[in-house]
Amino acid sequence: MSDIVVSARSVSKIFGNGPEQVRALDDVSVDICQNEFFTMLGPSGCGKTTLLRLIGGFEQATSGDILLEGQVLNDLPPYKRPINTVFQSYALFPHLTVRQNITFGLEMKGMPRREANGRADEMLDLVQLAPYGDRMPSQLSGGQQQRIALARALAPAPRVLLLDEPLSALDLKLRKEMQIELKRLQTETGITFVFVTHDQEEALAMSDRIAVMQAGKILQIGSPRDIYESPTHRFVADFIGESNFLHGEVRQTDGGAAVLTLAGGREIALAAMPVSGPRDNVTISIRPERLALYARNDQKDGLTGTIRDIVYFGTDTTYHIDLGPSGTDARLTVRVQNREGEGREFERGAQVGVTVPVDAIRVLAD
Amino acid sequence: MGNLIRSKRFWLIAPAVLYIGFFMAVPLGQMAYVSILERGDYGAVNWGVFSFDAYASFLFERDLMDNLMFNTDYLQIFARSFGLSAMTMVFALVLGFPTAFYISMQPQARRNFLIFLVTIPFWTNILVRNYAWMLLLRNGGLIDNGLAWLGYESGGLDILYTPYAVSIGLTYTYLPFMVLPIYASLEKLDHRLIEAAFDLGADKWRAMTRVILPLAAPGIAAGCILVFIPCLGAYVTPELLGGGKFMMIANLIGSQFGAARNWPFGAALGFVLLAFVLLSMMIYAMKFKSLPEEKL
Repeated sequence: MSDIVVSARSVSKIFGNGPEQVRALDDVSVDICQNEFFTMLGPSGCGKTTLLRLIGGFEQATSGDILLEGQVLNDLPPYKRPINTVFQSYALFPHLTVRQNITFGLEMKGMPRREANGRADEMLDLVQLAPYGDRMPSQLSGGQQQRIALARALAPAPRVLLLDEPLSALDLKLRKEMQIELKRLQTETGITFVFVTHDQEEALAMSDRIAVMQAGKILQIGSPRDIYESPTHRFVADFIGESNFLHGEVRQTDGGAAVLTLAGGREIALAAMPVSGPRDNVTISIRPERLALYARNDQKDGLTGTIRDIVYFGTDTTYHIDLGPSGTDARLTVRVQNREGEGREFERGAQVGVTVPVDAIRVLAD
Repeated sequence: MGNLIRSKRFWLIAPAVLYIGFFMAVPLGQMAYVSILERGDYGAVNWGVFSFDAYASFLFERDLMDNLMFNTDYLQIFARSFGLSAMTMVFALVLGFPTAFYISMQPQARRNFLIFLVTIPFWTNILVRNYAWMLLLRNGGLIDNGLAWLGYESGGLDILYTPYAVSIGLTYTYLPFMVLPIYASLEKLDHRLIEAAFDLGADKWRAMTRVILPLAAPGIAAGCILVFIPCLGAYVTPELLGGGKFMMIANLIGSQFGAARNWPFGAALGFVLLAFVLLSMMIYAMKFKSLPEEKL
């Protein structure tokens, strides 16, 4: 892994005091690397924005350290940190023109006006709004304001750019465009981006690494592929994409293979014994698209069930399947891609078998 | 026109229009008329005899030979009033802006309470408040004694019946008119803009001068006007805290209608004052019409 730019070391943040206190961050540690698009993903209230504001210097950690390139930043006010922020509401100065907004940070660094204006024009080119320098922010659309906020934050060439849900106010189409745009800007400028969002799709599309947060803790850090394909926690598997969860006990068969036994007595083969060894009450997760259906006309081993619901999505079809006799609450969702000429159709109420590839099963930590 | 009279809106605003029309336009017209009449020998005016003497006597006086001589007495009173009003405005701004800023930074519940505190002086009669200031400022008064107790010489305050006493009294009276509009513009101010300024490297001073002050400018200008203009017309405070020795425009106008029995001149002075006020309003309007208040 390349050089670490920003680190949080055992950072906790408590808001309020007495019985009303809220632990927004609970002993969080993370290293963010040079030239990385790092995303903090989680539902509202998980502490992701608090961590961002701690890095920006807008809040002080209750305990723990924030480091920039090895230097402890804790007491440094925001205006002394080489870190800039794109705010959720953009926070463009309404009394300044677009160009004056962009040169604001440069003038604060003491850059002569002429040079600052040149840099502002460069930035306007970068965000593809070159003709808009003399407008007032109020004369721009939401998407344009967003780009100006980016240009303003990038102009002083910060070591780290913090982005606080910057796309949440845009409509879907614009949001998709800006996702590509943000990734392009990050690659072109080579600046480390720390991005906060509650939108898992956004996180998967742009990030080099994602930290999934819940209730003030980081549950899992990894590449989008790691996070999606190998979730370690039920929360991660559930929050990012869809997942099937099955509970049971893990046993070792006489042959030495590991098997998960569900409540109804059905068995699912595991690739390997989990590190924790044989135990009761284990949860596994399987992505719906990794499962396959076959018409059940024999009494082979494996999972069988009844199709309860069929939902057609265009690109694929989702089957909701009741496992075993009605009354047991074990259910599976199976997503099958719709391909031309593949007339494999199932009716509601049909008995089907479900194929579970051994490598699609993830044993969760909790 | 028929549509207008039948419309509900017309009847809703009609009482206000009638009230303002009658109680503002009529007396104003009456005074304008008085100001161009000839002064009566024993007070009042000679109705129907027109003369511009009243306006002329603002700048000129007739000597014994009936020549017009340039006379700066009244101009001096105007200048003094403008100077004192400006001083009061500056005092009120210096005290009022930090107050408004502080209040706007408080949690919502406390803000309302503090604003309520700011408006409390309005509840007391202005005469009572001015007498209270006389007791505070006079030699041997509370402030004088307080200074003596702290080791400064007693009896040496000598501030009552000076322009400073008048300005202190006026500042006290009109401070809420400065605080409230500035607070209104600061309260609207998005705190994330201040964070954005910090984020971009502005320290507290530059965040104040480059972001907060420009955005609060309409409120500051409104506050300055709301303090400056009533100060020009202040009557009670100069009379009491200035001890009558120190005349401001309103006292001069009052004396023309009273002791001096020169109604046309009193009315003319009123219109000269009105002209000055309108002029300063126009300057304000020209300077601030392009400010981004409505764009926020």
